[in-house]
Amino acid sequence: MNAPPGLLAASWTIARKDLAIELRTRSAFLSVVVFTLLALVTFFFAWDPTAVSSTDLAPGVLWVTFTFAGLLGLHRSFGAEMQDRAIDALLVSPVDREAIYIGKAFANVVFVSAVLAVAIPAITIFYNLPIARTVAALAPIAFLAAIGLVAVGTLFSAMAVNTRMAELLLPMLSLPFFVPIVLPSAQASAQLLAGRPLAEAMPWLKLLVAFDIVFAVACAVAYPHTLEE
Amino acid sequence: MTNPAGAPVNRRPLFDVLFGASVLAVIGAVVRVVYFTPFEATQGPAQKIYYLHVPAALSAYLALIVAALGSLAYLWLKDERADRMAESGGEVALLFTTVVLITGPLWGKPIWGAWWTWDARITLTLFLWFVTLSYLVLRGAIDEPGMRARYSAVLAVLAALLIPFIHLSVYLFRTLHPMPIVLKPDKPSLPPEMLTTFTISVFAFLFFCSMLIRARYRLSTARASGGADA
Repeated sequence: MNAPPGLLAASWTIARKDLAIELRTRSAFLSVVVFTLLALVTFFFAWDPTAVSSTDLAPGVLWVTFTFAGLLGLHRSFGAEMQDRAIDALLVSPVDREAIYIGKAFANVVFVSAVLAVAIPAITIFYNLPIARTVAALAPIAFLAAIGLVAVGTLFSAMAVNTRMAELLLPMLSLPFFVPIVLPSAQASAQLLAGRPLAEAMPWLKLLVAFDIVFAVACAVAYPHTLEE
Repeated sequence: MTNPAGAPVNRRPLFDVLFGASVLAVIGAVVRVVYFTPFEATQGPAQKIYYLHVPAALSAYLALIVAALGSLAYLWLKDERADRMAESGGEVALLFTTVVLITGPLWGKPIWGAWWTWDARITLTLFLWFVTLSYLVLRGAIDEPGMRARYSAVLAVLAALLIPFIHLSVYLFRTLHPMPIVLKPDKPSLPPEMLTTFTISVFAFLFFCSMLIRARYRLSTARASGGADA
């Protein structure tokens, strides 16, 4: 009857399925947002605000929080498929296996971006940052960071859910891979928030873009290799 | 594979003459370092760590290369021998990376005045250690051999891609924030006796490292063929 869908169409269907589940339950989104807000607020009390200016503090806090919040969201990505072995139904469906990864990753980018859409205004308010400059500096970096984080995290989420101690394994596998995301993001946003010219942050941004490209491709190619032939 | 109880499996010994020879080579190198190599003029005895630190680092690289190539070969050929090679390389790499991370601060404290600095190369080594450790923990967390081999091979190949990125990040980090404490002395030319000791030490370590990987590989083979708890 129907021909199997192409790679992009199949990916889109899978992404829509994940987003529809999330939109109807909102359980993961709300808990990750609350976690993010709590972390931003808690971090503020870990430093002496008279010794470290909040402009210096904010980028580090934001990117560390983002990493952990992202991990919480990513764990759910394949964790949800473990219920009633829904993943088996996905695997036998007539789509390329890359499509499962790409669809999941796309849904995760939307999820993580939505969390950041709350986190960036929140840190601007709580840390009294200049609004226009903060949003202009952080939004593009956030987008680049989200892609890298999701590319790696989605793959590791798929692997970790099949192991013992999945919740512990995902951060352990992912965090070393997040170093080339957190370090450039934090450094570039600190420079831009401090009013430095864009050219100074460029090496960091280039590194971030390179990471995104290399790992988006590598992880999409690697995902089918994690499955049984 | 069935294995009649008690019957010897066709198993090669883990520790044989070659292994013993490699242990003797390392002991010999250490004896030469301690008793037959002069002190360096400015650093004194602390400099002798160099003869262990650098060969251990080179051995760690050798083991990591074995692990990476084994993983790549597994993804390509799906041959479990490649997976065993990767496992052996990973485990031995963890040992030598640990030696590097222990001998480094021991030298750093008297010479730099600090146990630890966030120098690019040190940070990279630390992350190599983290990644190797998580590779081995991942292996331990999966029971099904096929899945274990697939997952760990994917992780190892991605880790190999990660290394240049971490290197670039920490390098940029350090260049943008230079640390006055980093005064790593260059060693463009060692005096002849020191060079000989160093060369002996490097070869002894690489020999020992290869023999450890071989023994570990044989252990994996024995376990796989049902010889279990060797």
